[in-house]
Amino acid sequence: MKEKSMAYKEIKHPVMKKVLRNKTGYLMMAPYFLLFFLFTVLPVLISIGLSFTKFNMLEWPQFCGWENYLKLFLDDDIFMIAFKNTLIFALITGPASYLMCLFFAWVINEFSGKMRAFLTLIFYAPSISGNAFMVWAFIISGDRYGYLNGLLLKLNLINSPILWMNTEKYVMPTLIVVQLWLSLGTGFLTFIAGLQTIDKGLYEAAAIDGVKNRWQELWFVTLPCMKPQLMFGAVMQITTSFAVADISIQLAGNPSVNYAGATIVTHLMDYGSGIRYEMGYASAIATILFLLMICTNGFVQKILRRVGS
Amino acid sequence: MENIALGKLLAFLKLHKKHQLNRSKAGNAVLFVIMAICGIFMAVPLVMILNNAFKPFDELFRYPPRIFVRNPTWKNFKDLVVLMNNSWVPFTRYILNTIILTGGGTVGHILIASMAAYPLAKLDIPGKKVLFSIVVLTLMFNGTVTSIPNYMIISYLGLNNTYWAVILPAFASSLGLYLMKQFMEQIPDSLLESARLDGAGELTIFLRIVMPNVKPAWLTLAIFQFQFMWGNTGSGFLRSEQLKPLQYALYQVASGGVARQGAAAVVQLIVAVIPITFFLICQSQVIETMTTSGMKE
Repeated sequence: MKEKSMAYKEIKHPVMKKVLRNKTGYLMMAPYFLLFFLFTVLPVLISIGLSFTKFNMLEWPQFCGWENYLKLFLDDDIFMIAFKNTLIFALITGPASYLMCLFFAWVINEFSGKMRAFLTLIFYAPSISGNAFMVWAFIISGDRYGYLNGLLLKLNLINSPILWMNTEKYVMPTLIVVQLWLSLGTGFLTFIAGLQTIDKGLYEAAAIDGVKNRWQELWFVTLPCMKPQLMFGAVMQITTSFAVADISIQLAGNPSVNYAGATIVTHLMDYGSGIRYEMGYASAIATILFLLMICTNGFVQKILRRVGS
Repeated sequence: MENIALGKLLAFLKLHKKHQLNRSKAGNAVLFVIMAICGIFMAVPLVMILNNAFKPFDELFRYPPRIFVRNPTWKNFKDLVVLMNNSWVPFTRYILNTIILTGGGTVGHILIASMAAYPLAKLDIPGKKVLFSIVVLTLMFNGTVTSIPNYMIISYLGLNNTYWAVILPAFASSLGLYLMKQFMEQIPDSLLESARLDGAGELTIFLRIVMPNVKPAWLTLAIFQFQFMWGNTGSGFLRSEQLKPLQYALYQVASGGVARQGAAAVVQLIVAVIPITFFLICQSQVIETMTTSGMKE
């Protein structure tokens, strides 16, 4: 008995006291974080470690210092194209997709009942039906049977069909359009759920306080109330718009014409899961992308803190 | 006159029954038109998948392809049933596997991640900021390169070729914890404090107060996780045929070359319809919560 009270007295540090008081909290976190460190954090750390090695997946990795990174920035012309394309993609589709998610979620929230679930499904459809973007392969097909070429020929805007995916200057714009079409995904559904947790009483209070139309209501009531969701949506948007790869590979091919559709992730896949099997180099590319996203995230979160103020 | 017609149309569509405040009719009409035009664009893949499943052979290979089916037929469905009956492992086994993998991965992740999100969002716990930043950061690392270390870890633990190889990493995904934590942050502290004064433990508060209040959040997470698990055929980890999920078996049946294109179109439909059904069930529940739960500060 005496010993026990002694033990408690010895712990004077305020942090330790807090830790002991929240034992249940730590226990609740334990199962998740145990698995999280094992299956999510550890692989990331190993990958960052591998980025300083030469690793062909058959032999044991060989340490090579900064060589992969030096090669990436000094010797790899395609990486520079991929880097530039990724930035263009992120700068255009990132903010545009984010605003689209917000806008459509907000409008759909005006409907009620079954109509709302149905509209959500329609707008979420491209994200749920697997590789739905292959529909675009028919639209942008390069012969005169492609829907887009057919339409333009009919309207006499062009004289001969355009090879959309084989002409350098059309590759990026087309991929951007397809990416925008695909943009109502994780962020969109999260915003829809977020709108549901806003207290309806706040709208009545705002109306009394002089909020006149739906736009003012959006800015002064809705957006400040869903800040946590806005932050989440931004992170998800960054992770998708910097990691565009599938649509480029499927629609423009890998490699695309003069690498016009190359992105950091297509370049990474080329080394990581393609024919080259240079895991060390692929890991270095992933690490650079990782840093790029972290910086962007810091910047975006700073902007979002100002919403509604 | 026009105004009345518009009003009737909007009433029919059940547009904004909830809060009538601050809404102009003209604004509603403009938004409705925008939604209709965009909606058509977004629905194309669904319409196409549905139509393809009913297309006879000659229409499937028509060039240029037509979206709508001309002479709908059930032949593709019958073909698929025949092919399924010929499979080496009975199809019910694949269905059971899918229920274990997709169901287990979804329910388990929601439970474990929510349970960890609550202390992060609402308890004054030393180290929570660091833990949370790590979760957000891991979202930004590309999955292609982590798949090799992941494989090594799973093999090292001896989980290869078991359900756990697919389920345990799914439990540990970062997205669920992040999502749940963001929603839990919004729960007013006063609500939790009054429960504590009544003598409720943290686990009780979590189950009785926190989870019902963030129902829209975990229903949304259920959609994401179900979709992710449904797309995850466990290739690389599940080598025994007896462990493989339904989606895998369906793709196997469909990948028999030109002759099986009809069956493949039906497979596409089935693979899309199941997550869509799940989506609709969850989404309609998201709507119900708003009438029952009033979160007040």
